[in-house]
Amino acid sequence: MFSKRHVLSMRDFSREEIDSVLDLAGSLEPYARGKRSDMLAGKILALLFFEPSTRTRMSFETAMKRLGGGVINLGPAEGSSISKGESLADTVRVIGGYADAIVIRHPKEGSARLASEFSPVPVLNAGDGAGHHPTQTLLDLYTIKKESCLEGLSIALVGDLKYGRTVHSLAYALSLYGADITLVSPLSLRMPDAIKTDLSNKGTRVNETSDLREVIDNVDVLYMTRIQRERFPDPVEYSKVARSYRITPEFLAGARENLIIMHPLPRVDEISPQVDGTAHARYFEQSFYGVPVRMALLKMLIGDGSD
Amino acid sequence: MAVTEVELRVKPIESGTVIDHIAGGQALNVLKILGISGTTEATLSVVMNVESKKLGRKDIVKVENRELKEEEVNKIALIAPAATINIIRDFKVVEKRNVDLPDEIVGVVKCQNPSCISNTTEPIRPRMIVKGKNPVLLRCTYCEQPLADRIADYLI
Ligand SMILES: [Zn+2]
Repeated sequence: MFSKRHVLSMRDFSREEIDSVLDLAGSLEPYARGKRSDMLAGKILALLFFEPSTRTRMSFETAMKRLGGGVINLGPAEGSSISKGESLADTVRVIGGYADAIVIRHPKEGSARLASEFSPVPVLNAGDGAGHHPTQTLLDLYTIKKESCLEGLSIALVGDLKYGRTVHSLAYALSLYGADITLVSPLSLRMPDAIKTDLSNKGTRVNETSDLREVIDNVDVLYMTRIQRERFPDPVEYSKVARSYRITPEFLAGARENLIIMHPLPRVDEISPQVDGTAHARYFEQSFYGVPVRMALLKMLIGDGSD
Repeated sequence: MAVTEVELRVKPIESGTVIDHIAGGQALNVLKILGISGTTEATLSVVMNVESKKLGRKDIVKVENRELKEEEVNKIALIAPAATINIIRDFKVVEKRNVDLPDEIVGVVKCQNPSCISNTTEPIRPRMIVKGKNPVLLRCTYCEQPLADRIADYLI
């Protein structure tokens, strides 16, 4: 089912292709937990991070090393000096000569697609500016599948839905599964109309509110995101908003028993540490699931038998 | 011999291409899309803002001794969707057709997203996928940002 050469944008994925990634990730999970493997022995993954994202980089590095492969790294300092001089096209042509695949994170939108046009080896997009971050979406879907259920899902996406492209990409992918989506955000951070239209055109039911209390008792998944202080010119307004989107154990009193709470991390104040010990918290599992999901993608793209 | 004003404006050409029914005021943008600049050696007539039953005001472009190919002409549907193309030989219209936007447009329109990698010095040409023809809706191949309004402002 998986015939891609690159992983650039969720828009490139059909539901069947997503399913095949999630299934393989499931079977690789023991290796992510430490079982020995040499599935990618002799393979080299190049990590080109033109802006820092330590977690994502370490997650890819872990995935590669746990499967017996090696990594070469372009540190953020070298990254920023290169981005001033040499073209990205030249950089990926050179690094593509050293490695079996390239992971790229770059501040400009569309840079991963550009890299894929010049790279002699597969390219994985680890975030291009405000653009796409498909491995995050895939690990979110894997988390939902493992810890809740992708079919007939009722999910609330909470926080900054205007600028947070992670949620745009997740909402798009969930629409392939017919999820029931509730968008919860302050008025000024609502999801752009174009994306909402896209979702409803796919037959997805989309509700919108700014009151988290209204929905908390009726969803299977609560997907929290960070609301950045910079989005609010008025600090008083910011703290008011931040308070009303903060999850505490008391807040969860009426929630469904099997409700799970997700967050792409790092969190600031959106989720009280007291929630960590409840049966609802899944954000640390979610972060761990990035490893088997990235393992699955790497195996599909560069594992023997993938050609 | 006295020539009337109308004759001066719409003097027939012996051979070449006449692009008619261009929305009023868009003729220069049409030339831009066709890659015809001020330094061209082609004999060229541009008539702007003449009355038209269909469009109110229309522009006409005539390029002499050059038969424009379908794929070069189709791109002008971006800003002149009602344009008609007449190929002239020996003062006669030998071919008449409408313009039809292709599925992909390369190197004609730039992305409106300032953070897009296509708006840098990378060795690529801006590329747009045509998502809708009427009204025109483009999507940048790189950053996936849509472009629907004021397309003429983004001509390269
Ligand atoms: Zn773009």
